Amino acid sequence: MSGKEYRTITDVKGPLVFLNKTEPVAFGEIVQLRLTDGTVKNGQVLDTSNDQVVVQVFEGTARIDRQTGVKFLGDVFRLPVSKDLIGRILDGAGRPRDGGPPIVAERMADIIGAAINPYSRRSPESFIQTGISAIDACTSLVRGQKLPIFSAAGLPHNDIALQIARQAKLVGSDDDFVVVFCAMGITAEEYNYFVSDLERTGALENAALFINLADDPAVERLITPRLALTAAEYLAFEHDYHVLVIYTDMTNYCESLREIGAAREEVPGRRGYPGYMYTDLAMLYERAGLVKGKKGSITQFPILTMPGDDITHPIPDLSGYITEGQIVISRELHQKGIYPPINVLPSLSRLMNAGIGPGKTREDHKSVSDQLYAAYAQGKELRGLVAIVGQDALNERDLQLLKFADLFENKFLRQSRDEDRTIESTLDLAWDLLTNIDTKFLVRLDQKWIDKYHPTEKKE
Amino acid sequence: MSEENGLIYRISGPVVTAIGITPRMYEVVRVGDEGLMGEVIELHGDQSVIQVYEETSGISPGEPVIRTGQTLSVQLGPGLLTQIYDGIQRPLADLEAKMGVFIKRGVDADGLDMAKMWDFKATVAVGDEVAAGAILGTVQETETIEHRVMLPLGKSGVIKSIESGEFNVTQTICTLEDGTEIAMMQEWPVRTPRPFVQKYAPNVPLITGQRILDFLFPLAKGGTAGIPGPFGSGKTVIQQQLAKWSDAQIVVYIGCGERGNEMTEVLTEFPHLIDPHTGTPLMNRTTMIANTSNMPVAAREASVYTGITIAEYFRDMGYDVALMADSTSRWAEAMREISSRLEEMPGEEGYPAYLSSRLAEFYERAGRVQTLAGGDGSISVIGAVSPPGGDISEPVSQGTLRIVKVFWGLDAGLARQRHFPSINWLSSYSLYPQALDQWYRDNIASDFPEVRTEISALLQVEAELQEIVQLVGSDALPIDQQLTLEVARMIREYFLQQNAFHDVDTYSDLNLQYAMARAILSFQEEAKKAIAGGAGLEEVVNVQARTDLIRGRFEDGYADRIEGLVAEMSKQISTASEGN
Ligand SMILES: Nc1ncnc2c1ncn2[C@@H]1O[C@H](COP(=O)(O)OP(=O)(O)O)[C@@H](O)[C@H]1O
Ligand SMILES: [Mg+2]
Repeated sequence: MSGKEYRTITDVKGPLVFLNKTEPVAFGEIVQLRLTDGTVKNGQVLDTSNDQVVVQVFEGTARIDRQTGVKFLGDVFRLPVSKDLIGRILDGAGRPRDGGPPIVAERMADIIGAAINPYSRRSPESFIQTGISAIDACTSLVRGQKLPIFSAAGLPHNDIALQIARQAKLVGSDDDFVVVFCAMGITAEEYNYFVSDLERTGALENAALFINLADDPAVERLITPRLALTAAEYLAFEHDYHVLVIYTDMTNYCESLREIGAAREEVPGRRGYPGYMYTDLAMLYERAGLVKGKKGSITQFPILTMPGDDITHPIPDLSGYITEGQIVISRELHQKGIYPPINVLPSLSRLMNAGIGPGKTREDHKSVSDQLYAAYAQGKELRGLVAIVGQDALNERDLQLLKFADLFENKFLRQSRDEDRTIESTLDLAWDLLTNIDTKFLVRLDQKWIDKYHPTEKKE
Repeated sequence: MSEENGLIYRISGPVVTAIGITPRMYEVVRVGDEGLMGEVIELHGDQSVIQVYEETSGISPGEPVIRTGQTLSVQLGPGLLTQIYDGIQRPLADLEAKMGVFIKRGVDADGLDMAKMWDFKATVAVGDEVAAGAILGTVQETETIEHRVMLPLGKSGVIKSIESGEFNVTQTICTLEDGTEIAMMQEWPVRTPRPFVQKYAPNVPLITGQRILDFLFPLAKGGTAGIPGPFGSGKTVIQQQLAKWSDAQIVVYIGCGERGNEMTEVLTEFPHLIDPHTGTPLMNRTTMIANTSNMPVAAREASVYTGITIAEYFRDMGYDVALMADSTSRWAEAMREISSRLEEMPGEEGYPAYLSSRLAEFYERAGRVQTLAGGDGSISVIGAVSPPGGDISEPVSQGTLRIVKVFWGLDAGLARQRHFPSINWLSSYSLYPQALDQWYRDNIASDFPEVRTEISALLQVEAELQEIVQLVGSDALPIDQQLTLEVARMIREYFLQQNAFHDVDTYSDLNLQYAMARAILSFQEEAKKAIAGGAGLEEVVNVQARTDLIRGRFEDGYADRIEGLVAEMSKQISTASEGN
């Protein structure tokens, strides 16, 4: 059925083109549009029937007219996969962007990706040390996890992502990560920042990049992460790599999704985003993990900027419902000059329990982490009270918690951009800070850990 | 039969329109060259609208659509337990065997193992008259669960022959006088509730081992509970805790549109976890349905019905079944997605207008009943709800709260402080205590309801006092009120908080729960006396024995030691006052 070119466009609306009467066209089929000036655009079938076909055009519909020729290519969207993807920079539709030759395909992989059978997954449980205390102690990352960074405009999420990419290691193993980096609508400046950092540390040779920048076609962004994840799956499950996928900015992806929904006049869900956005995002995020019989893994670090710093906005909200936790960047901490400005309280790692403890990190880790949370949460809350009633109204316990909250931010959270702390030093530091609180108030700690690790109360 | 074969006219995501067939509503059809399974959900002139249970990309108009004459049904019989199914009862292990770790499409798999031989023991005899739902015999399905083979609906008569022995699920085990042959397997259409004789009011608690649930907001066997909460507030952990520790005999766990790894977790953990009630692996009593967020939405829509039908089947055998659905919001979203493809008139927030009636119909399938066989069975349904932004004014939360009798409201603020389970003790409620109080008096302690009331009252008072503290600080309160705050803190930190991941703390026996609550009240009583005798608050609060009592809950054998610890605490507190 490929080959035949139709000139039956009836309507063009936003990024969509509507055509009449064709031979049967498959749902999801790839489309090539040849404009009268010779330009070629690409698209995909969103709706198909005997009478009408709806095509979404990745490069936008500018200059398309009724004379535009439309060719259906008889196949769904595929990425040429091979190990040669490593070290390459491709554009948002998978074409070389680095001036290099086309990828010689070992095979052509469907980018939609099939769902991993839940029965065939292996539980992620290998602790990844990022060298960042806030993450390692409080929201521990494990191999195969999907852990997004919830940030907002003007905050140093890129620095944190890069620091993680640089420092992430599996303690006691020399398996290296390959990075798959996926840019969706970020600025050229941000992109250069990423690339130069990856270049500086030599990581670029071990990375595959898929780049759609702010001035690249918006609808193409719906394809870009699927290409990146297809590459990641190929490398992880066919070549045993441990892949770290960083994608940014999910917010731009969701905007493109909304644009398509609006053009199709769909009934919108919350704040104008399509009702199927949850499912759509899940089809990206769930492409993380480990599977039976394969050595490799996919760990995902999506970055998203919360519109209006609002964590209840549909983009972070639906993401949080799918991902295995979140690292929340705080403007307040950033303004206090603290790097990394990670607010641990709303942050979470759902896979932490499986990845920490004896033989993995340290036996006291869980207890210490719970205690840090509880003490910091209470200390922070007391700041509000002090502002109203002053320190005099506080009892001994409250005063200790208040002081602890400050120490936690300034000594524990704060570290430099190239400071790579081991998990032991992170936990020891936590114990040091906890000495500022009487042990009788440390109700989250098991007595046996106090006896063993408390710097001043341990029983040698 | 030209009528049986039609053609695809249109494809829009999971929704396909066919022409040239005249199926019945909810009939199962085969779609496209690959024969993908679909279900007719709307008839529209000469067009039949079909929701397809598998991915539709690459399918074209003009491909065939074939009627099957069947409605969407599940296969019921020995072999359901320990299984993990997708939303349309395909065993995920079979899918793995047929196509590897990724789920491709176009593969069929039976819900039950057709070849496996089971040891059937007849419990009725030739000449017995049997009616639909009657138990004909049993099969030891797992180490702990006896499968009771029932006469399918619509059948009845006098037994002509019946045999004990080794059978697979399709072989005839019994014939009736009229010649009807009965096998162990039966099928049931998932969207139709299975019948029973009558419903009873629930009056026995479903004991979960979770202190805040059992003590303050109990669920009855046969009851319904909703757990709304923002992401990360603990819905899934609560559901899993109930699947692990509740004293139901059968557990049906539906992972509906949620994470793959959460199902893996259950799958890897349950075979190793020992059921405290039977001493054998929890897996023995469990059936799982996993239609994760990235699996087809139409099958997600069906998964809830598949699960509840399996639950009803075990209920009909006379079992107490607990069903968890995580998350009903994803089910509702699947309905919304399909509805919007049908271009139906949307109701609130784009959900179809029939959302609340579907929710009600689902929860209505819970209950304690007299079964057709004359026994007593129940289904307790616990549904997680995932409100956008955590705001429960949205349609799914509201539709659920109108029906369920127990509301476990999760609170992001508590979760952030790592107060787990992060159930808000002020906004949550259970409408069952009245019906259950007699049971507690008879089985745990004659003053159980009064102790509960005292504990709740203390938490209420604390909330009021906290408002004052926010303005003036706690030191400005009179000493008796400061003591009340300490007692309430003890309730929260020692009693309500419970770490699901702690080997010992994860489960609290109801007797122990009662002892812990009493311990708190003893502390209050002794402390009041001591303070009246001139002791300072700090002295009383900080006695070593109280710390020991509190920390002791993490250690094995706490139930045996708690009484001694309380006595020691009382002694130390009264000594504290003597010093003054
Ligand atoms: N009872 C509990 N004990 C300890 N930790 C808990 C408990 N409930 C929840 N948590 C923590 O909260 C995290 C999120 O809980 P989860 O049930 O997955 O949330 P939700 O399903 O509401 O998104 C868990 O990964 C765990 O770390
Ligand atoms: Mg959950």
